[in-house]
Amino acid sequence: MGIKVDRKKVFEAIDGYLFISPWLILFTIFSVVSLIYAVYLSFTNYNLLKPPQFWGLEGYQRVLEDELFIKKALPNTFKYVLIVVPIQTFLSLVLAFAMDQKLRFQRLFRTVFYLPSVTSSVVISLIFIWLFAPQGIFNQITGLAVNWLDDPRTAFYVIMGMNIFTTSGTLMLIFLAGLQDISPTIYEAAQIDGANGIQTFFRITIPMLRPVIFFVVTVGVIGCFQVFDQIFVMTAGGPLNSTTTITYLIYKWAFRDTTIKMGQASALAVILTLIILGVTLLQRRVIEGSGASAER
Amino acid sequence: MSALLDTLARKRSQLDWEVAGDRIRKTIFYAILIFWAALSLAPLYFTLIFSLKPIENAYTPPIYWPTPFTLENYRTILETFDLFPRWVANSVFISVLVTLFRVLFCAMAGYAFARIEFPLKKVLFNVLLVSMMMPGVVTLIPSFLIIGPGLIKGGLQLGNLTLPTGFNLIDSPWGVIVPGMADAFGVFMMTQFYKSFPKELEEAAMMDGSGRWGTFFRIVLPISQTQLLTLALLTFQGAWNNFMWPLLVLRTPEQFTLPIGLQWFRGEYYTLYSVILAGSLFNTLPILIIFFIFQRYFIRSIASTGSKEG
Repeated sequence: MGIKVDRKKVFEAIDGYLFISPWLILFTIFSVVSLIYAVYLSFTNYNLLKPPQFWGLEGYQRVLEDELFIKKALPNTFKYVLIVVPIQTFLSLVLAFAMDQKLRFQRLFRTVFYLPSVTSSVVISLIFIWLFAPQGIFNQITGLAVNWLDDPRTAFYVIMGMNIFTTSGTLMLIFLAGLQDISPTIYEAAQIDGANGIQTFFRITIPMLRPVIFFVVTVGVIGCFQVFDQIFVMTAGGPLNSTTTITYLIYKWAFRDTTIKMGQASALAVILTLIILGVTLLQRRVIEGSGASAER
Repeated sequence: MSALLDTLARKRSQLDWEVAGDRIRKTIFYAILIFWAALSLAPLYFTLIFSLKPIENAYTPPIYWPTPFTLENYRTILETFDLFPRWVANSVFISVLVTLFRVLFCAMAGYAFARIEFPLKKVLFNVLLVSMMMPGVVTLIPSFLIIGPGLIKGGLQLGNLTLPTGFNLIDSPWGVIVPGMADAFGVFMMTQFYKSFPKELEEAAMMDGSGRWGTFFRIVLPISQTQLLTLALLTFQGAWNNFMWPLLVLRTPEQFTLPIGLQWFRGEYYTLYSVILAGSLFNTLPILIIFFIFQRYFIRSIASTGSKEG
């Protein structure tokens, strides 16, 4: 009897591994092996031509001494995250809150808001290049005469604005789902206690949404630290490197420059991963630390 | 008596005030919603209008209406410039295959994580959860080497055996498809779904002598259609719009997907902006149509990402 049970267990285990095998094989190759190899490459001088040679922390040191990284990519990336994440989070929360009022045409609004998120990053970038051209529609409507994407003072902000515009629809849907999960009885209780709209929003809605806010901010931070498509298409890091971000620099070093520096690019990729990890953990402490945790 | 009337009057005025306040509040919310709706529609609207105007009018007013009207840009795309249809076909091929493989593989793995007992299951699932937070850039270079020339040039030497360390799929659609065939989020999503799914039907099928695989393909997959469709839509949208990876893998214009092609086209023919706009619509329209047909599922899939993670 005992043997029979064991055999059944063995077969079940075999089935289990067969079922997960397609995912497990791909995951092993493209995530596990890739990650280990990325860390290994970061300690080498790999340039695609000669086999990688170990050179310890030299690659990291070169990254930290690189002018383009220290003066442009690093501050640009932080600036991008610090501007885009709060604005897109706040904006999508306001939109979701407005949607959650029992207004008419809710479904229509929801559809329209999601449209920019459906469009591909390349297509929306191509459209924005044209809208923000010197004779483009934006200048025509506003009567301005700014060369938005060729001016180092404005180019980065156009890209930021565009990305806030495209992601807010998705984030709004996530917030809306979170808002609709909050039980109406809590609002009724607050009303009986005489809370006004603003008090209700800050004392009830925000705390109840804490897990969703954490999720939206985390996704935003991870995504924003890796911004690439829009920069590649709209400015290629220019003008005067004013839009060069860390991910763009990784791409530039590993694939675009005439002397390919895959080792150094890998070192930067590892640094970026550590930055993202650090910021995510920090932000988790901030969001969970401020006020009692609202378990759902 | 007068006291009572007084209270009533006060109550009344308070009510009036509340109604007025409610109206102001609603007006503000409507204003916000209408403003954002107009903003959301504007880029697509202008793109459509100017794709219907002659090339030399790419920046010429009127901006709200297509005068003079022409279909020339669409003709250029479909007839003169034969790479465009090619790019659309490549995009369809890659996106459809990525979607089919990923939905199947994620459903299989999700089902196993939810239902089957096997050693190291907990560990593997936790690894999967952690990998969802891992930024994609860090594996970009090794993944490129694996798909292309190989991690070790000349292969891995094991005695007198040489094992290849790369797929050699640069400039092939399969170089884009293979890494996209499975993904952690899809597995996670399917696991959560199967966990909340009643077991009775499968158990009955198993009792009737149907094996694990038969049950999975004949019972489990068909009854999880809705969830599979949700994952399929999400995957298709991602694959259809994907940029960075195909940019690295696909090298010759004949192999490009539509987003890579459009970007390349702009580099080559930057004066033909109206054609680019018309081409952009070819990238946006299919997704838009799918979105309108399956709106419910799209919205559910997006909404679910937040609540399940939190």
